[in-house]
Amino acid sequence: MSEIPMNTGEMQVSGRRLSDLVKLVARHRVIAVLAFMSVFPFIMPYEALAVNILIYGLFALGFNMVFGYMGVLSFGHAAFFGMGSYGTGIAIVHFGAPWPVAIGLGVVVAGITAMIMGAMAIRSRGIYFAMVTLALAQCVYYLIYQMSDWSGGEDGLTGVTIGEIDLGVVSFNLLDPTAKYYFMFTFVALAVFIFSRILASPFGAVLEAIRENENRARACGYNVQLTKWITFVISGLFCGLAGALNAIHLSVVPIESLHYHLSGQAVMMALLGGMGTFFGPFVGAMAFLLLEDVITLITIHWQLFLGITFMIFVLFFPKGIWGSILHWVSR
Amino acid sequence: MSEDTKNKTVSKGVSRRSLLKGVAAGGALAATGPFLFNIAQAAETSIKIGFPVPLTGPYGSEAKEQAACAQMAVDEFNAAGGLNGRMAKLLVRDDKLKSGEAATRTLELIEKDGADFIAGSLSASVQLAVNSVAKERGKIYVSISQSDAINEAKHFSKYTFHEAMNPHMTAGAVGRYVFPKKGKRVAFLIADYAYGHEMARGFKAAGEAFGIEVVAEVQHPLATKDFSTFLPRIQAARPDVLCLCNFGYDQMNSLKQSTNFGMKEQMQMVAPALLYNQRRAGGAEAYDGVIGGTNFYWGLEDTIASAKTFTDSYRKANNGKPPSDYGAYGYSGVGGLLKAVTAAGTTETDAVITAMENLKYDMYKGEQYYRKCDHQSVQSVYIIESKSEAKMANEYDVFDLVGVDKANEGVLRSCSDLGFG
Amino acid sequence: MDGITLNLFALQLFTGLALGSVFVLLAVGLSLIFGLLTVVNFAHGAFYMVGAYVGVFVLGLTGNFWFTLAAVPVVVGSMGVVVERYLVRPLYGRGIDYPLLLTFGLGMALVEVVRIVYGLEGVPFDTPKELRGAVDLGFGFFPLYRLFLIGITTVLVMVLWLFIEKTSYGLVIRAGARDPEIVRVLGIDISKVWLIVFAIGTGVAGLAGVLSAPMRSVIPDMGSTVLVEAFVVTVVGGMGSLVGAVVAGLLVGVVVSMTSLFWPSLTDLSMFALMAAVLLVRPQGLFGKKGLMG
Repeated sequence: MSEIPMNTGEMQVSGRRLSDLVKLVARHRVIAVLAFMSVFPFIMPYEALAVNILIYGLFALGFNMVFGYMGVLSFGHAAFFGMGSYGTGIAIVHFGAPWPVAIGLGVVVAGITAMIMGAMAIRSRGIYFAMVTLALAQCVYYLIYQMSDWSGGEDGLTGVTIGEIDLGVVSFNLLDPTAKYYFMFTFVALAVFIFSRILASPFGAVLEAIRENENRARACGYNVQLTKWITFVISGLFCGLAGALNAIHLSVVPIESLHYHLSGQAVMMALLGGMGTFFGPFVGAMAFLLLEDVITLITIHWQLFLGITFMIFVLFFPKGIWGSILHWVSR
Repeated sequence: MSEDTKNKTVSKGVSRRSLLKGVAAGGALAATGPFLFNIAQAAETSIKIGFPVPLTGPYGSEAKEQAACAQMAVDEFNAAGGLNGRMAKLLVRDDKLKSGEAATRTLELIEKDGADFIAGSLSASVQLAVNSVAKERGKIYVSISQSDAINEAKHFSKYTFHEAMNPHMTAGAVGRYVFPKKGKRVAFLIADYAYGHEMARGFKAAGEAFGIEVVAEVQHPLATKDFSTFLPRIQAARPDVLCLCNFGYDQMNSLKQSTNFGMKEQMQMVAPALLYNQRRAGGAEAYDGVIGGTNFYWGLEDTIASAKTFTDSYRKANNGKPPSDYGAYGYSGVGGLLKAVTAAGTTETDAVITAMENLKYDMYKGEQYYRKCDHQSVQSVYIIESKSEAKMANEYDVFDLVGVDKANEGVLRSCSDLGFG
Repeated sequence: MDGITLNLFALQLFTGLALGSVFVLLAVGLSLIFGLLTVVNFAHGAFYMVGAYVGVFVLGLTGNFWFTLAAVPVVVGSMGVVVERYLVRPLYGRGIDYPLLLTFGLGMALVEVVRIVYGLEGVPFDTPKELRGAVDLGFGFFPLYRLFLIGITTVLVMVLWLFIEKTSYGLVIRAGARDPEIVRVLGIDISKVWLIVFAIGTGVAGLAGVLSAPMRSVIPDMGSTVLVEAFVVTVVGGMGSLVGAVVAGLLVGVVVSMTSLFWPSLTDLSMFALMAAVLLVRPQGLFGKKGLMG
């Protein structure tokens, strides 16, 4: 399933430069992502949207570890995003925790949720796995909904405010949209780097072995169940970080952060961008949010266009945007 | 095999030059970017009012009317010359009835569009999210959706104004009208979220004076589609009055289904927020005989001058169709704000806040003003009863005005209850 | 828990069973397509909604509720034919994800088309005159219309069961679900069979929509929760099992009903807790066959 074959052979001269660029980007993926994202706020309509794309890109990236790299469809990833948000939000609102502690706590809470859900769900396979994760995530949703003293219930958790951040060397205010972007960017950059290291490690190789042929991987002596569980948890940690950042970005934690619609959105973004590719999730998140944002300003019937776009992609570009570009380049 | 294996196996065939080219291309893209996206910036001098409402989603028709009526208020302000020639501009955004989306949209309105004021929203949770974003950034926010929570010290800030009625006053008004007339055995069907519980609390507070007896209290999850499993318990309690502490489609579905259960013959149904659009969408059969509260019904035009002016100009723009209750909130919320701007003679935030606190305004229903401690708009609550199909003169003629709870601070929760002072 | 009498308990149990039959009605279309085509039809809720709106349209034209009941499944089923032939068919063999995502997009688009045609607010749909009112069951009053629904669901399930289990056509359908290759080798045009199953599934979804219209609001969003409810019933019952869908529907109905009597705030949770519990103990569902779909 290599998107870029070893031997590129003859290539159309006209497309050569562009395809060189694409290959370059695919090879230096971490640097490329970071370079692009550091100029990103200036090419977006407004900073808050750029931050959303960062956060949802990270969410889809984490989700893609299970969906794209391990090849298992989960409908429960909203639980990790949401628990990351609530973990961070509750730490700040109810305990006045400093922001590094709060973010760390959000990630840990999401990780624990993933450990529990993963342990329960990992036995089932195929569509049943999707359904078990959906059911468990909905249980999390209603539990948090009911804990309204802590979570605010339907009203959501408000007042997740950080404001001034003083790092000794620099200090800045998160009310400044550009400062906020680069604050978020730092975390996402770190996560992208770690994600890339994991994929490049022997663990990443086992992961893909499982996706390609589970039985063969097992025959090779790998502990498939354990690998799956660990992957699920790591994926949950990344999604939890995305959720934690979202709580700080919006200064509220809406209850819909836990809703299965959000899990569906992760699937959409990964597919739109290209599942199983490194950039796919970010490209997908950008395409999805930008499309939604632009169309919303033009017509209230944006769902019609979004729906048709999905159908076109599923029918004609199943590799997604980034996957199709890679495919076209390697032709 | 995917990208990471490629990393190791593909030789480093791309030269430094092409890397530089790539960076240059990225830079060029970045430079042209803003011109691609920043379409049609409004003139710098206009007064910008950001208006997030759920244009899509189940309450889209209410939201559309909120926006249309708010635009009416803006047009009237501009026709009168604006603020010394400075015109107002309404920036409508779709919050999709989601608080996360609403928070993003509010950030967009403040950071990108440079909105001077924020008004709007149509849900308790959404307005709290908008309020949270707006108050952090020191922008006045006029909420036009019902909630008790927004009046509480926890959520309130000096930038927060609540134009809509709150559940405490509407439920109280309906209770004061119904309990003496229809009986003291009262049952509650409560949507299990803050707004639902706030309505129930309002009924109980009003009911104390009449010595009501709560015979059943049944909670249902928000956005329930099938109410059948919640109804037997209420039937078994044989109440005189059933208070529907829910909103919109929950109210419609619970009414439709309890009508099917034959409960209307056994008890009086009351609803604190009886919506005009919902009644029209739900049909006469389901709503027949239901008593409820509202901020406005177009029938007020017969008795109140400002209501007549408002309905006339709305009708003129909308083929004779009268305005709805939630639409009217959009008109008065933005209209009141602009009146304060005129009074202050500036758009400077603190001056406008002072002007709003001292404002007495009558946009569409009689005099209103913002209470000092929580910025709740003190206003009359009208009691309406839904008509049967046979008694309707035309398709818009759906309610009878049967009573009024006059504007009075005494029926609100006290400032100390809300956590002030 | 005070105030819970035997009568109330009986009525609550009966209400649960009646609600269960509504769940069966909602789920059966999804379950058919799910079980026999291994297509996860995410547009199920949208077809349900379209059914209600087609019902509004036909009822407005003819004024006859019974004619409407017959016309709606035909119209919505025909839509299903077009969708299967031109949108879903190219995706067979690409795994479960792609049809799922396609129908998700289709559902979004359908909802929006209805919004454009009928507006954002709902449209009224009154209970037909002959089915109004409540009946005294001895332990409490129960709406006549809901009793009618129990009847119609029973008939519908019986007809489908006979069709799938007792006709030669049904034999082909079941064989196709097991091993489409073998069926093809035997010289049977399996794609025509799938077309018909998809049409029946969507037609039944439409019928469920118009039957729900007098109880629930007819609004463009009305299908969104139905999809989830139908999934729960289908998965609990076991995919591809009609008997499973019936048993699971009734079970979910009773569980929801009893939860709403004793712990009303957990009503929504109960359905998913049940699903999680069943899947953890019996991953293939109550009546599902092991091995089908991995």
